[in-house]
Amino acid sequence: MLRIGKLPIAVFALFIVAFPWIAHKVPPIENYTDIMIFVGIYCLITLGLSLLMGYAGQISIGHAAFYGIGAYTSAILTANYGLDPWLCMFFGIILSAVVAVLVGAPSLKLRGHYLAMATLAFGIIVYIVFNEETAWTGGPDGMTGIPGLSLLGFAFDSVDRYYYLVWIFVFAAFIFTANLIQSDTGRALRAIHASEPAAGAMGVDISGYKLLVFVYSAVLASLAGSLYAHYLNFINPSTFDLFFSIKLLIMIALGGMYNLWGAIIGAGLITFLSYEWLHYFEEFEVIVYGAILLVVTIFLPKGLAGTPEIVEGWFRK
Amino acid sequence: MPKLLSAVYTILVINAIKLSAAFCGELCLINSMEKITVTGQIFQYLITGLTVGSIYAMVAVGFNIIYNVTEIINFAQGEFVMLGGLIMVFFYAVVKLPLIVAFPATVILVTLVGILLDRLAIRPIRHPSVLTLIIATIAASILIKGAAMLIWGKDPYDLPAFSGRDAITVFGAVIQPQYFWVIGFLIIVVIALSIFFDRTIIGKAMSACADNPDAASLVGINVQQMILLSFALSAAIGAVAGITITPISLMEYDRGAMLAVKGFGAAILGGLGSFPGAVVGGLIMGTIESLGAGLISSGYKDAFALIVLLVVLFFKPSGIMGSIEISRIKRF
Repeated sequence: MLRIGKLPIAVFALFIVAFPWIAHKVPPIENYTDIMIFVGIYCLITLGLSLLMGYAGQISIGHAAFYGIGAYTSAILTANYGLDPWLCMFFGIILSAVVAVLVGAPSLKLRGHYLAMATLAFGIIVYIVFNEETAWTGGPDGMTGIPGLSLLGFAFDSVDRYYYLVWIFVFAAFIFTANLIQSDTGRALRAIHASEPAAGAMGVDISGYKLLVFVYSAVLASLAGSLYAHYLNFINPSTFDLFFSIKLLIMIALGGMYNLWGAIIGAGLITFLSYEWLHYFEEFEVIVYGAILLVVTIFLPKGLAGTPEIVEGWFRK
Repeated sequence: MPKLLSAVYTILVINAIKLSAAFCGELCLINSMEKITVTGQIFQYLITGLTVGSIYAMVAVGFNIIYNVTEIINFAQGEFVMLGGLIMVFFYAVVKLPLIVAFPATVILVTLVGILLDRLAIRPIRHPSVLTLIIATIAASILIKGAAMLIWGKDPYDLPAFSGRDAITVFGAVIQPQYFWVIGFLIIVVIALSIFFDRTIIGKAMSACADNPDAASLVGINVQQMILLSFALSAAIGAVAGITITPISLMEYDRGAMLAVKGFGAAILGGLGSFPGAVVGGLIMGTIESLGAGLISSGYKDAFALIVLLVVLFFKPSGIMGSIEISRIKRF
């Protein structure tokens, strides 16, 4: 849990780099590169969330709101005011961080379910704002005309190019998060999760650290939102509804919240489920998600990333 | 808290007067036959608010019953209300049972769902923490919602009002008879519960579990059974809320989450765990929502209750009638 091995990272990086090339060679999975872009975008959110849930022991059911704030800040400032996309991405991050402090600071002082309910309420409020402020957001119809991204004249205008851009962000976030876990901050967070009174007695600034992680996860979600908006060039509020927040929760629970790999496994599996493998169920996929979440919570409390531990346990006996 | 509330009310009322003055001016010009006075309008919003608030109060009471015994916040609480409405529609419109038979049948069926929720989602968890319990109830709520969509589809359903739809006009406000049923059932639920908790052995055993589960099991109370009972009881109350509100606001499969959040807001506003608090919180929540939607913006109707929830969480998390001392002893 503590150390993230270098070998798995290297293998994973190799897989990610080679993936578009493999996808081109194998016709049935040709469109998987496109789906992998969404996997990357969701990975950014789940990395922050798994730090919040698994390491700080706090639950958020409102991260769709930060995802939406990032997307809408980028969309409004680029499409309506013609600002530079990278600058807008940065503005989105600042706005999300400020909002996260405002929402998080009071509720993180309280226990357990209070943050869950506060973020749930906050998420729904933001969703209503996206729908109602038609002059800014285009209302339920959404916004079009969001430009793509380019850097120093190099346009990320093909699926493959955008894929690499997104995954560069994911790797940066992964390595930063891994380092954060192995730093003093990470140790403090685990202490808080293990026992708040004990951590407090050792002089750990409990609400300070919780807030830090909450803001960090909001910033990553906002970044993901901006990347989403610039990739699709179109956004509408339904992407950022309550169910997306719950889907993020399912990703984390399925992958395993006590391990950063869990965030990536969960995001990957749920994204492929919803984009590719659950077409048969159409809108009833929600039942499948509910079942997955319940079964994982009861039988695999550490998620899929925790299965090696369980298997190890069998052999030790 | 009273200070804060009175401030909120003052702001609402000032806005109300300003806006409705403008409204009234226009409306009176357009339709001089129908005189809508400022007081009439506000009275109308108050009545509707108290009715909807009664539903929130019942959801909040349901939250409190489970919270008091188990310290779990049951995120699936709103689904009981949704199921109450839709199962009643099934019994009434499909099976064609008379209202008086369909009502208890629905309550029993939803109670069974509550029991199943405890047996299948809560009890199997081996190392319960606040995180896993929240996730389990969320999982259950989306499962129930999905199942409801499978069974009833996405259309909203109507029920006939219990005693017709001939509205009464009082002070210029239109009051449907069903409003009295809703408020009446809230009163019945509250009286029944206070008799149950104060006068019966089982009720007292449940209160004992709420105070201290370990001590309760030492004196021979079966805590597991009490937890089961708490889920059954709060499902039954949810069903009553769903059945009585459906003739007014219809019912559809995805209503649960919003009802749960608002009901939780009512519970927090009144003080989590306090039954009188839940009732007062629910009624205030409903009134604020109705006034806000009517006088400020109908598009933001759902946001008002949630903003109240956030404000209470931030400034007085113990609510009107809760106490910080009690919330400190709680595990979660």
